[in-house]
Amino acid sequence: MENIAGKKPALIWAKNIAMAAMVLIWVIPTFGLLVSSFRDRDQISATGWWQAMLPVELTARARTGTEATPDGPLFRVEGNIFDDEEARSYFSGTPGDISAFGTRGAEPTTYPAGTTGDLGDGETLTVNADGSYVWITPEKPGSRGQRVYFAAESPPKLTLDNYRTVLSGDNMGRAFLNTLIVAVPATFIPILVAAFAAYSLAWMEFPIRGLLIAGIVGLLVVPIQLALVPVLNLHNDIGVGQSFVGIWLAHTGFGMPLAVYLLRNYMAGLPRDIIECARVDGATDFQIFTKIILPLSLPALASFAIFQFLWTWNDLLVAKVFLPSADEAKVMTVKIADDLLGSRGGDWGILAAAAFVSIAVPLGVFFSLQRFLVRGLLAGSVK
Amino acid sequence: MNPLIQGLATIILGVGGCVGYFYASNLLLDKVLYPAKGRNIASNIRRANIIRPWLFIFPALLVLTVYLAYPVVGSAYRSLFNRSGDEYIALGNYLALFESPEFRRSFLNNALWALFVPVVSVTAGLIAAQLSDTLKWGNIAKSLIFMPMAISFVGASLIWKFVYAVDSDIGLINAVLAGLFGAGPIDVIQIPFWNNFFLMFILVWIQTGFAMVILSAALRGIPEETIEAAILDGANPFQIFFRIKMPQIFSTIVVVWTTITVGSLKIFDIVYAMTGGNFGTEILPSYMMSFMFRDDGRATSVALVIMIIVLPVMISNIRQAQKELR
Repeated sequence: MENIAGKKPALIWAKNIAMAAMVLIWVIPTFGLLVSSFRDRDQISATGWWQAMLPVELTARARTGTEATPDGPLFRVEGNIFDDEEARSYFSGTPGDISAFGTRGAEPTTYPAGTTGDLGDGETLTVNADGSYVWITPEKPGSRGQRVYFAAESPPKLTLDNYRTVLSGDNMGRAFLNTLIVAVPATFIPILVAAFAAYSLAWMEFPIRGLLIAGIVGLLVVPIQLALVPVLNLHNDIGVGQSFVGIWLAHTGFGMPLAVYLLRNYMAGLPRDIIECARVDGATDFQIFTKIILPLSLPALASFAIFQFLWTWNDLLVAKVFLPSADEAKVMTVKIADDLLGSRGGDWGILAAAAFVSIAVPLGVFFSLQRFLVRGLLAGSVK
Repeated sequence: MNPLIQGLATIILGVGGCVGYFYASNLLLDKVLYPAKGRNIASNIRRANIIRPWLFIFPALLVLTVYLAYPVVGSAYRSLFNRSGDEYIALGNYLALFESPEFRRSFLNNALWALFVPVVSVTAGLIAAQLSDTLKWGNIAKSLIFMPMAISFVGASLIWKFVYAVDSDIGLINAVLAGLFGAGPIDVIQIPFWNNFFLMFILVWIQTGFAMVILSAALRGIPEETIEAAILDGANPFQIFFRIKMPQIFSTIVVVWTTITVGSLKIFDIVYAMTGGNFGTEILPSYMMSFMFRDDGRATSVALVIMIIVLPVMISNIRQAQKELR
């Protein structure tokens, strides 16, 4: 039986490796974003996130002191470069050894550490690896010392600064709240409306039932784009305009076909006996629905709730059209796509933190309620 | 805090209102209009049962009509008028569309999306499903590949913006290029034509998990005997996969395929967040958004083109549903 399919060791190895490669491709980008969101701004631009645990060589800028002691015809200034506040501001913790230094911003590493650089006109500067320097100049230094640029290793620095900046400075906290305000009612209201409709389509007899079911299946694929202009105009005409009420209604409408479809399929699969027994015992349809069907349908309700929540939380299009464009009404997706990507396009740490703030909640929902999500997908896969 | 209270109030009001509506309308029907007692008890119960389904389904039908059925007609009608909506121009908007090179560009790009994304997602999903079903850590692997499902398109775009970044200290692709081959940085988002594939891959990254979950369930539903019989007949693993398994899950593949195809015709977020439609990456949904708020006539005509493209899927879905009901 050695040759049974899938049992050969070489094949198993190949499978493991292929699977691992695929998982890595799928996970690494997200992981990189997570790491980047905790990194210091200067470190992000100096090395890749995959080197986040290694020290970073940063180029810093400083000034020497000005307290000169006469040294023959010359003046001599001694001190340590790290005593300068500006130099220290580049590094968190203790900076490592200085590798090179220079006096011009364009060439910050002209001279290796420990050597003496000739600045011309009899001026020399020596900077050692530990930061101590000697500056010799023919003229008595004025109020400002000599500009020094140097490269030194900075230990890895992980901070929450990006999150702090995003949540406080960029109105992201408000956007988070707005997203919640959009998503929660837009999840609950359609469920209730759809559950009643699904029950009547599954268990009540009336003339055009089949036609209605077919119609709802048809509406499943109607592109939302089609609804944008007419519905927005309608909202404006009836006074709803661009508002939270408007987006709740819109999400309710757009989620309705899937909700009715999923719930009807599930409810139609419930055992007929239970419902008929209840009917015989004199229960009304309203009682059957609330006391029997609703509790039995909880798994289906949960899977639709997860879908609708993820969809409304992650939505960009509906929010752009049905919410006002004012800053205080923006949801996170709009905030990121319209504001941050434009104004903070190069500020990767801030972008990463903002993205993580916006995907944290759906990811939490996903990992805790995954089995309901899978069940819902399998039930609704005829979409 | 005001909107938070407003939100809470709406949940209570909306949910309470719905419950109230259903409860009150049923009460009215049973106790006031057609009470199940007195002389006409039989005809009362019958009449109540004719009306009741409509009470149950009315709110859903109302929102479906207003938010999905009416817009189909409303958009079609609006697309026959000019920008301000006061002049009837028949097919003027459509003629203008077909003459515009940007429209043709977005149409072709969209066709590319509708081909490439489902092909790659379904293939990758099938491979992932097949691999994970036989491995001990398969469930963890599945969970991780499925994870992008939960991430917004905007979030996903940002995640990949990092990977695609030109700076080799940010972008993984350029870091690999520089590290392994010493090649200079390239901006993959600006390579003409091929940049589209880098955008499409973001959607593939999201949709593969969906394909994998459904196909994996379908693979598990295959009767063991068919596979055992094939093994006994000496089939090799590839033959088993392509000759035995594939035909049995074919209908599921078709479903997944069409779902992803329809999805790739509607997704506007990725192009919007990655390029804003620049560098020749415009697709129909993003092209439509460039007219939104500016020219309703043109916007609705683009939307209608999208609708016409998904129409065959819609019709086949309706047929399928009718077949199942019978």
